[in-house]
Amino acid sequence: MYSQGLIGADGRTTESPEFLEAFQRRIDAEEKIEPNDAMPEGYRRTLVRQIGQHAHSEIVGMLPEGNWITRAPSLRRKAALLAKVQDEGGHGLYLYAAAETLGVSRDQMTEELLDGRAKYSSIFNYPTLTWADIGVIGWLVDGAAIMNQIPLCRCSYGPYARAMIRVCKEESFHQRQGYEIVMTLARGTPEQKAMAQDALNRWWWPSIMMFGPHDADSQHSDQSMAWKIKRFSNDELRQKFIDATVPQAEFIGLTIPDPDLTWNEAKGGYDHGPIDWDEFWRVVKGHGPMAKDRIKARRKAWDDGAWVREAALAHAEKRRARKMAAE
Amino acid sequence: MSGEVPLWEVFIRPRNGLSHKHVGSIHAADEVMALQAARDVYTRRGEGNSIWVVPSAAITASDPDQAGENFEPTAEKIYRHPTFYDIPDEVGHM
Ligand SMILES: [Fe+2]
Ligand SMILES: [Fe+2]
Ligand SMILES: [Fe+2]
Repeated sequence: MYSQGLIGADGRTTESPEFLEAFQRRIDAEEKIEPNDAMPEGYRRTLVRQIGQHAHSEIVGMLPEGNWITRAPSLRRKAALLAKVQDEGGHGLYLYAAAETLGVSRDQMTEELLDGRAKYSSIFNYPTLTWADIGVIGWLVDGAAIMNQIPLCRCSYGPYARAMIRVCKEESFHQRQGYEIVMTLARGTPEQKAMAQDALNRWWWPSIMMFGPHDADSQHSDQSMAWKIKRFSNDELRQKFIDATVPQAEFIGLTIPDPDLTWNEAKGGYDHGPIDWDEFWRVVKGHGPMAKDRIKARRKAWDDGAWVREAALAHAEKRRARKMAAE
Repeated sequence: MSGEVPLWEVFIRPRNGLSHKHVGSIHAADEVMALQAARDVYTRRGEGNSIWVVPSAAITASDPDQAGENFEPTAEKIYRHPTFYDIPDEVGHM
């Protein structure tokens, strides 16, 4: 939080047409909105939901990769994976702090994640079956996240934009270490190359679903664009990602698992085959293969840590009392 | 979920010669753990060589609704800037 007094405060505004117009004028002039500024309730709610979801995604995203830390094939890979997973924890913390500037508390957000009210990116509800998955996650999942996050560095809400600038600086290493893993496998034995191809086959479609529903079916988009929370539509970002990724796959001799993928000269980009939105919604609604495990793991971490939090607070209180007595 | 862990604001000095700059916040039970957490969260890539942590509750902020009365008058006081004064070229740099 960047100035105190907001948590639990009444952030409601009287939303007269003049107020809304003046707010929109600030947004249109590319002025940043800061924590204590008056803002429409919808703007605040949208940001709380989006930043909270984003923070939860960073935290839950540590689980599928954490699964492979002890089994990384070399010390170099282990050090890189540890550093990456630690970064994701840090990203979660930057983002929770940004959300807190909007008047929601960290404990409240944690509670909503654990009881299933808050969502996180459904990509993390897929399992990491082989070491190749760790490479493909860095390459595609972090790659897709970067596409989404770069425009967020210019988001109209100051604390979110600042958090995203830190995140983006750190993400580039994530994607590069992932691509390096996949490249090494693709250039290895036939079994290793097959492992890389298998991971690409499983992660490709979930990765391009990370950009969300097609523009025509996206419910929050228009208002978010007007408020400059969002700068590009889902389909625009998905297109950029596909165009950037296809040559990277070709370079290491792997095949994107989409038989309809073709270069479209007229639009200067690739056309892709139909996306299985039924699967997307199934996973979003919590029926992904790992959904239950992920929340169970988060709940266990929270519950097992309860005594530590309590002990730390009790210790802090004891020190405070001792210091007061000495004065 | 009783007893929320307090919030701290984190300030980092990128290197000697520069001032500490606000970088974000963290939760911690006391100042010792706050420093430790700030180090882990905000300085993983040589971002600084000194950290301050301040309880968020200790910060008093100016009200954005009063930004006009607080800060706009200075815009009119152009005589506070050196370019307001005409000094002949012959005098040389001043
Ligand atoms: Fe991240
Ligand atoms: Fe992220
Ligand atoms: Fe990442």
